[in-house]
Amino acid sequence: MKAWNRFKNSYLLYSFKRDPIAIFSFIVLSVLVGISLLAPVVAPHNTYDTSTFDIMDAETPPSWMEEGNKDFILGTDIQGRCLLSTMIYGLRVSLIIGCGAVLVQAFIGILIGLFSGYFGGKIDSFLMRITDIQFAFPYLIVAIFTSAIFKLAFGVGRYAELAEPLLIIIIGLSHWPIYARTVRASVLGEKHKEYVEAARVIGLSHWPIMYHHVLPNTMTSVLVLSTIQVAEAVMSEAALSFLGLGMPVTKPSLGSLIRSGFEYIFSGSWWITFFPGVLLIIFILVILLLGDWLRDVLNPKLYKG
Amino acid sequence: MFAFIVRRIIQSIIVMLVISLVGFSIQFSIGDPVRDLVGERVTPAEREEIKDRLGLNDPFYIQYFRFVKNACKGDLGLSFFYKKPALEVIISKAPATLELVIVTSIILIIISIPAGIYCAIFPKRLLSRFAMAFSTIGVAIPVFLTAIALIYLFAVELNWLPSFGRGETVNIGGWWESGLLTWDGIKHLILPSVSLSSIMLPLFIRLIRAEMMEVLETEYIQFAWAKGLHRERVWFIHAFKNTLLPVITVFGVQLGIMFAFTILTETVFQWQGMGFMFLEAVERSDTALLVAYLVVVGVIFVVVNTVVDIIYGTINPMVRIAGTK
Repeated sequence: MKAWNRFKNSYLLYSFKRDPIAIFSFIVLSVLVGISLLAPVVAPHNTYDTSTFDIMDAETPPSWMEEGNKDFILGTDIQGRCLLSTMIYGLRVSLIIGCGAVLVQAFIGILIGLFSGYFGGKIDSFLMRITDIQFAFPYLIVAIFTSAIFKLAFGVGRYAELAEPLLIIIIGLSHWPIYARTVRASVLGEKHKEYVEAARVIGLSHWPIMYHHVLPNTMTSVLVLSTIQVAEAVMSEAALSFLGLGMPVTKPSLGSLIRSGFEYIFSGSWWITFFPGVLLIIFILVILLLGDWLRDVLNPKLYKG
Repeated sequence: MFAFIVRRIIQSIIVMLVISLVGFSIQFSIGDPVRDLVGERVTPAEREEIKDRLGLNDPFYIQYFRFVKNACKGDLGLSFFYKKPALEVIISKAPATLELVIVTSIILIIISIPAGIYCAIFPKRLLSRFAMAFSTIGVAIPVFLTAIALIYLFAVELNWLPSFGRGETVNIGGWWESGLLTWDGIKHLILPSVSLSSIMLPLFIRLIRAEMMEVLETEYIQFAWAKGLHRERVWFIHAFKNTLLPVITVFGVQLGIMFAFTILTETVFQWQGMGFMFLEAVERSDTALLVAYLVVVGVIFVVVNTVVDIIYGTINPMVRIAGTK
């Protein structure tokens, strides 16, 4: 109750209520996340069950067009799956991979940033050198290389089976340096403050000080960064899947759905590419807009990458 | 200054060693040079003999030293599919990618500089607001969707421009296959380069606008106004010059990022460049070619980053001092 009151009177909520773009983005995002999490209930068809769809229904146009079928509101894809249901499940896959990858990124990055900033000296220069090396390469190229190597190492079949956890690891591994730098910068700002000195004076050891005292104070920048990172991770996943290095067509994400639709665009089946593409853009856009708003409100010193 | 350059070069050599270690580890663990050489139809005894002769039974570090030594001589192994040295394959594909990157950069410069300046000088005008809205939405659109939309509009519906391949090319100097000299080649270049530039445009418009607005606030510009200089002179001669410095640095770094996006663009347009070749290598399990590509991209990045840093260090002494600690 107390927490709720604090939230109700906070500057965060105040500025949220006065920003129509933030409200709009938040509503759209909640709806999309809600639908994708409730996919088995909301989606008209179960697209993971091969017995429920028929190849004869393939490439049915959206229901309002000629030859459209009332059963398939947005038409069907190349395997005869209801496109709307496939998109809902696909969004769920993209969302899970995006959030999972950001958790991995944050875990590695925070750990390295915290140690580096808190201890300084040799540890700092060693860890930061590693971070710098990876930071010099665009994360997308790192992700593409890593997934290509994983694909060769696991073989095509095994890779398709394990695609979801592997993609979380791949995107997680490719984009952590920005967390490390951001956290390190905030830790450097915090560690000479009096409360850290006080904690050291009463005899706390390094780990409790880092974990209970310094880390919570770096969370503002981590939170803001994470919103943007989810959008980036979803975009990376879509790019990898589009290149054929991501989710297989049997369990498509939005990216692999666009890839499979692209081959049929020349025969006029535009909807298989169009609807997933629009959904992907809207999804990324609302997250980015929310991230922008959050950054303006909380105004942390972010490391510009 | 000399110390700064030396330090920077030593750093880049270390980075290159790390990259070669990663590349070699991949080669070592999943590559199969015997298969690359003779195929599958060999008895195990013969395989062992070939392995011994190639030195594949040596310990990891000896093989790694050999790999680095060969790499310095320009030998990055044989491509299994092309039956040619991997480096040769990559070099034969490089002109396609380079032409794409060059034309994209030209489009980028021609559009982003005027747009950025305009948005900075007249931030409240409708056109500036429109440009800013475009750059907000543009960030959220993946490059392959722009490319597909362009293909659908200009190739499928209107049938104005070709949607894949490089078209007619002209051979210059024996190895550079250029598409820039024929009308057909240029027509094939339009869609890929426009979609590739669409991903970088929002960033550059915003960057130039932000830098320019910052410069317009400074005292020497106020002074220029007070002197009663002509508007155009203040904007383009005094203000714009000082906007350029950070823009050039970012441009250097973004050039590297553009290489990553060429992989996506080349896939959509079946553009016979390095990125397309890389994905084919993955499909064909051509490990040697994949590792060679990794090393080549690594070299490109390290060189670009080092050159940008050194140029920046020359222009802006603060970087040099900060680096020394």
